[in-house]
Amino acid sequence: MSKRIVVDTGPLARVEGEGSLVIESLEGKVLDVRLNIFEPPRYYEAFLQGRKVEEVVDIVSRICGICPVAYQVSALNALEGLFGVEVDEQVQRLRRLIYLGEWIESHSLHVFMLAAPDFLRVPDVLALAKKEPDLVKKALALKHLGNGIVAVIGGREIHPVSLKLGGIHKAPTREALQCLTAKLDTLQAFAEEAVHFSAALEAPSFKRDVTFVGLREPSRYAITGGDIVSNRGLHISPSAFEDHFVEHQVEYSHALRSLTKEGGSYMVGPLARVNLNFEQLHPKARELADEIGFKPPVTDPFKSIVARALELVHALEQVKEEVEFYYEPARPHPSYEYREGTGYGVSEAPRGVLYHSYQVNRKGYVEKAKIIPPTAQNQVRIEEDVRELAPRIIEASPEEARRLSEMAVRNYDPCISCATHFLKLRIRRL
Amino acid sequence: MSKPKLGVFKFSSCDGCQLSILDAEEELLALADRVEIRDFLEATSASSGAPYDISLVEGSISTPEEVEKIVRVREDSKMLVTIGACATAGGLQALRNWSRLDLFKEAVYPEPKLVRSLEKALPISDYVGVDFELRGCPISKEQLLQFFSAVLRGARPRLPTNAVCFECKRKGNVCVVVADGTPCLGPATVDGCGAICPSYARGCYGCFGPSDDVNLKSYASWLEKSGVERSTVKLLVKGINSYSKEFRGWLEDLE
Repeated sequence: MSKRIVVDTGPLARVEGEGSLVIESLEGKVLDVRLNIFEPPRYYEAFLQGRKVEEVVDIVSRICGICPVAYQVSALNALEGLFGVEVDEQVQRLRRLIYLGEWIESHSLHVFMLAAPDFLRVPDVLALAKKEPDLVKKALALKHLGNGIVAVIGGREIHPVSLKLGGIHKAPTREALQCLTAKLDTLQAFAEEAVHFSAALEAPSFKRDVTFVGLREPSRYAITGGDIVSNRGLHISPSAFEDHFVEHQVEYSHALRSLTKEGGSYMVGPLARVNLNFEQLHPKARELADEIGFKPPVTDPFKSIVARALELVHALEQVKEEVEFYYEPARPHPSYEYREGTGYGVSEAPRGVLYHSYQVNRKGYVEKAKIIPPTAQNQVRIEEDVRELAPRIIEASPEEARRLSEMAVRNYDPCISCATHFLKLRIRRL
Repeated sequence: MSKPKLGVFKFSSCDGCQLSILDAEEELLALADRVEIRDFLEATSASSGAPYDISLVEGSISTPEEVEKIVRVREDSKMLVTIGACATAGGLQALRNWSRLDLFKEAVYPEPKLVRSLEKALPISDYVGVDFELRGCPISKEQLLQFFSAVLRGARPRLPTNAVCFECKRKGNVCVVVADGTPCLGPATVDGCGAICPSYARGCYGCFGPSDDVNLKSYASWLEKSGVERSTVKLLVKGINSYSKEFRGWLEDLE
C-alpha cells in the first residue's frame, strides 16, 4: 500500500494576513508544496487610477497596517523623483527616523511576539510572558519606542498622517524627539540582549544557495531608498527593476510571483540586507555579529531572526544619531509642478524591498500604478525552503510538522495582507 | 465572574486594526488577564473556538467564503463588534463598488478569470447584525481600551458622536479651512482620533466616517463657495468611508 501523507497547517497563525501551507508526499517523496493564500484581493492598483498624486501617500499606507510608512516612502520616492522635487535634508532625516521607528516596531513584534513562541514551543507571547515576564516586558517597551517614534513624527502609530508629497505637513520639534530617546540606553542594552537571545534559539538549520536582493546607498545602511543590488553582481536604479525582476503567472495558480529575469528565486528582507550591506551596519551591531559567530554570507533562512535582532541594534544606534543632528526643517514642503511620465520608487520595508511605479498625467492624476511588495518576492523562496525541509516535516509528529512548517514560512515574516492586493492563490507542483 | 471569551477575526483588511490590540503595549498583558482569548490568529496559534462573548471583527466582506465565515462568527458570538472603517463602512476596497469588478480585475491581474471576488466589498452590517462599532482607519487604541474597560465592568461603552471640529477647537488648533483654505472633512467626520490631521496642519480626510449630525451637502457647497473645486471635495469624500450611508448618499446624488 502506498503511503500518502498530507500535511496541511490550516490557517497559519502569527503571520500578518491569512494563508496556509500544504505539503503532499508519496512514499516519502515530496510531491507538492503549496503556500495557499486565501486573503482576498483588494485591488489597490485599480482604484489608484484616477486619484490625485497628493492622495497616493494616504491611500497606499492602507495596503499594510504593519508597515504603512514603507508604503508611504516608496510612493513618495516614485512621485518626487518624477517631479524632480528636492526634499529638504531635515525632512529626509525625519523620514529616515519614522522609518526606523517602523523597523523597531515591526522587528520587535516579529522577534518576540510572532517568531520566538515557535522556538520556545509556546503558542503566543502571552504564554511567553508567563515563562519570561521580564523579557516580554522589555520587548514591549522596545516595541513601544518604535511606535512612539512613528506617532511623534506621524501623528499616530498606524497609518500616520504627516508625510506628504514634497515634504512633511508639520515637523516635530527637536525636544519632542529628544524626549523619545531619553530611555534609549536601557533599550539599547536590551536590543543587544536580543541578539544573544535570538542566536541561542534552537532551530533546524540548512545552507542554501541564495540570491539576496536589497537596496544600497553609498553613505548608509539603506532604508528609505537606494539602488537595487544583489550578491550576484546586480546593481541597478529603481527604474530598471522591472527589466530584471519579472512577475509570472502559471496556469495552475491564481497569482503572480516575482522571479529574476533568469527565472531564479530570490530573497529580500533582513537576512538579505545584513548579508549585502554588512559593512554599513553600526559597529556595535557588527561587533555583536562577531561575538555570536554570524559571518556573512549567512544563507540559513532560520537565521533571519538573528538578522532582525542585529538590525534592531543598528536601528536604535541610528535613531540616536539622527535625533542628535536634527533641527526643524527650513523648507518642510517645497512647491513642485506636475510632470507627465512614470516615476519609480523603492525602499526597504521591514520585510524587504518594496517597489512602486506610477504613471501620471500632466494634471497630476495617476493613470497606472504598480506595487510589488516584499512578500510577493519571497514566496517562491518560502516554498523552496519548505520543500528542503519537507522530508523532516513529513516524518515528524503532526504537532511538530505544523511547528516546523510554520517556522519555515515565518522566517520571512510574510505579510500576506500586503501581497494579496494582487495575489490570490499560488500552487506549485514539484 | 468568569472571564469573557474573546475572538478576533479578520476579513478583507490591512491587519492594522487588530494590530492596534498588540500595539497597546502598556496595557496588553493586563487586558490579556481580564479576558479569555479563544481565537486571535494574528497573535496566537492556540485556538479554542466558539462560543465567544465578544467578537472583534476587522475588514469588509468581499468574497463568498467571507460571507459564510461572518454568518458563523455571528452565530457563535454574544456581542459582535466591528473594528475599523473596513468592517464598519467597507473601507478603501469598497471603492470598487463605484466601478465594475471586471474592470478592476483586468487592471490588476493578467488572468482576471481566475480571481474570485464578490461584485462589491461591503460592511459587516450588510450581512449580519452588529452590536457595536469602533470607527477609524485605523481604530483608536484609546477607544479600544475604553470599550474594554466599559464592557468588562458590564457598562455600555460610550463614544463621541460629534464632529472632529469639537476636539480640534478644544485643542486650540488654528482652523485649516478658515486660515489656509485647505479642504478638511472635519465638520463632517466623527471625532475619535483626537483631530490628528488638523493638529498636523493638514485637512482631515474622514477616516473615522460621518458624524451623527453631518450635513455634507451644505458643507460641500460652502467649500465650493470658498474656492475649493467640486472634484476635490468629491475625491475627499470618495475615500476610506465612501460607502458609509451618509457619504455614499451625497456621492450618489452627484452621480
